[in-house]
Amino acid sequence: MRNWLVRDLAGIAVISAVLVGISYFLGWIPIPGMAYYNRVIVTIGINIILAVSLNIINGHAGQFSMGHAGFMAVGAYTSAYLTYFHFQPFLATLAEGPGRFALQQALFLGALLAGGAAAGIAGWVVGLPSLRLRGDYLAIVTLGFGEIIRVLILNIDKIGGARGLSGVPAFANFFWVYFFVCIVIIVSWRLVRSQVGRAFLAVREDEIAAEAMGVNTTHYKVQAFVIGSFFAGIAGGLLGHYLVYLNPGMFQFTKSFEAIVMVVLGGMGSISGSVLAAVILTVALEGLRFVKEAFGLTSDPRMVIYAIVLILLMRLRPQGLLGNRELGDFFRRRKGGDR
Amino acid sequence: MDSFLQNLINGIGIGSIYALIALGYTMVYGILKLINFAHSDVFMVGAFMGYYGARIFSKLMHGSEVVEPGWPLFTLVLLFSVACCGLLGYLNERIAYRPLRNAPRIASLITAIGLSFLLEYGGQMVFGPDPKFFPQLLEKHQLQFLGTSITSHTVIVLVVALIFMGILQYIVYGTKFGRAMRAVSHNFETAALMGIPTDRVISITFVIGSMLAAVGGVLYGLSYSKIEPLMGIMLGLKAFVAAVLGGIGNVPGAVIGGLVIGIVESFAGASPLSTYKDAIAFVILILILLFRPSGIFGKYQAEKV
Repeated sequence: MRNWLVRDLAGIAVISAVLVGISYFLGWIPIPGMAYYNRVIVTIGINIILAVSLNIINGHAGQFSMGHAGFMAVGAYTSAYLTYFHFQPFLATLAEGPGRFALQQALFLGALLAGGAAAGIAGWVVGLPSLRLRGDYLAIVTLGFGEIIRVLILNIDKIGGARGLSGVPAFANFFWVYFFVCIVIIVSWRLVRSQVGRAFLAVREDEIAAEAMGVNTTHYKVQAFVIGSFFAGIAGGLLGHYLVYLNPGMFQFTKSFEAIVMVVLGGMGSISGSVLAAVILTVALEGLRFVKEAFGLTSDPRMVIYAIVLILLMRLRPQGLLGNRELGDFFRRRKGGDR
Repeated sequence: MDSFLQNLINGIGIGSIYALIALGYTMVYGILKLINFAHSDVFMVGAFMGYYGARIFSKLMHGSEVVEPGWPLFTLVLLFSVACCGLLGYLNERIAYRPLRNAPRIASLITAIGLSFLLEYGGQMVFGPDPKFFPQLLEKHQLQFLGTSITSHTVIVLVVALIFMGILQYIVYGTKFGRAMRAVSHNFETAALMGIPTDRVISITFVIGSMLAAVGGVLYGLSYSKIEPLMGIMLGLKAFVAAVLGGIGNVPGAVIGGLVIGIVESFAGASPLSTYKDAIAFVILILILLFRPSGIFGKYQAEKV
C-alpha cells in the first residue's frame, strides 16, 4: 500500500475513534436544549459536505453547476428506499443487542454508499452534456437537470411522490455526519494535490489551453461531476436519515443556491473556505430565526440576506473570504516562508 | 380535433407570455453574454405593479378600490407597470451589473442569481408570501371559434403581445438606436471605438427588456388571475429555454421559441404525461444544447482563443 494511503486510513481511524468519543460525550452533557444544539451541529456537518463537494465541481474544476440539490435528492431517496423498504424490516426481525446495532451501522453505511453511487451515476449523466457547454449554459442545464430529477421523484408513488416519505429510519447521527465530513475533506484535499487536481486546475483556468497541452478535458470534467455528486448524494442520505422525512420540496433550486452561496463566500477552490462558509452561514441562519421572531416577520429573511451577501461579495471581494487559498496558507505566510 | 385546437390556442396564450419574457433574456444575452436571472423577477414585479396599479387607478377614477373593468383602466395599469419595471430594469443594470462590466463573467452570473433571489424573497417580504388575486381589468367573454371556445383574454394577450413584439422589431431593425444595439451585440469593443455610447445602449436594452417583461406580467395576471412573488422562477426558466431554443440573441427566434414551448407544454398537459409538464421545457433545453446549441435560428460561433 502506498504511504499516503496508510497515513490517511490511520488518520480516519483515529478521527473515527475521537468522533465516537465526542458523540458519547455530547449525549451525556446535561445542558438543557442539548437536542437543539445537536441538531445545529449536525446541520453544519451536512452543509459542510455539500459545500466541499460542490467546491470540487465549481471551485476546482471550474464547472458552474446549479443542480447540486438534484444529486442530493437522488442520494437521499436511494438510501432511504433501501433502509425504509429493505433494511429496516429486516433489522426488525432480529433480536436487540450489540450484533443488531453493528449490523444496522453496516447496513446504513451501505445504504449511504449506494445513495452516493446513484448520485454519482446521475452526476455522470449530467456531466456528459457539460462536455459541450461552458459557463452559463452549463449552469442552466444543471439547473434543468436538478428540476427534472425533482419532477421525476414527484411522480414515483412508491417513494411517496408529492406527499413525501415519512418514517425514514433515524440512523444518521453526529458520528456518521462528521465521519463523512472528514472523508470528503480528505478526498478533496488529496484530489487537489494529485495529478487529477492539476488537471482540474488547468481545465478551470483555460480549457482550450489545457486541451492543447494534452489534458483530456472531457474526462476530468465528468470526473469532477461524478465525485462531487457522489458526496452530494451522501449528504442527502444523511439528511434524510436525520430528519426521518423526505419531500421533493426539500431539494428545490434554493437548496442548490444555498450550497453555491457557501462555496462562493468561502472562495471558489478553497476547501477550508467552503468549510468556514458552511459553518458561518448555518450559524447565521439559526441566528436569523431569532431575528424573524423578534421582528415578527411573516417570511423568512434568510434568502434575502443570502442574496445581499452574494451581491455585495461580488462587488467587494469577488474571490470570496479565502480566495483559492487555504486557511493554513495564511499562517505559513506570516512565518515568512516563501511559497 | 376540437381538443387539438383548444390545446393549440391555450399553448399560444401562455407561449406569447413566454415569448415576451424570452425577448428580454435574448436581448441582454446578445449584448452582455449574461443570463440575466433577475429578468423573470422583473416580470413578477410587473404583475404586482399591475395589481397595485389597478387599485390605485380605481381609487383615482371612481373613488373606490373596487376595480371596474374597462379599457382606459387596463391601458393605465399597463403603462404604470411598464414604467415601474423600466425603472427597475435601469436600476438593476446601474447598481448591480455595470460595476462588474470588466469583472470575470462568473461574477456577473453570480450577481444575477443574487439579484434574482433578492427580488423574489424581497418581494415575499414586501408583497406578502401568499398568492394574490389579480383584479379583472377587462370583462371576460367566451368567443366561439371553429367549434372551440376561447376567452377574450387569450385573444387580448396574443394581440397585445404581438403589438409590443412589433414595436421591438421596429426598434431593433428600424431605428438608429437599434443599429447601435446590434453593433454593440456584434462586437462590444469595436462599437465603443466607433463612438457608440455602449453604457447607454446597455441601459436602454435593460429598460426595454424589463418593459416587455412588465407587459408579460400584466397579461399573465389578466389571464391566470393568481400571482405570487415566486411565480417568476419557473416561468423565467422556461422563457430562457425558449430564448435558447430560438437561438439566443435572436429576436424573432425568441418569439418562435416561446410559442413552441407554450404549445408543447399545453399538449403535454393534456396528455397522460401531464404530471411531467414542468420537466418538459428542460428536456427540450438539454436536447437543443446537445444537438443544435445555436438554436433554431442562431448562427454557430466557434470559441475564439
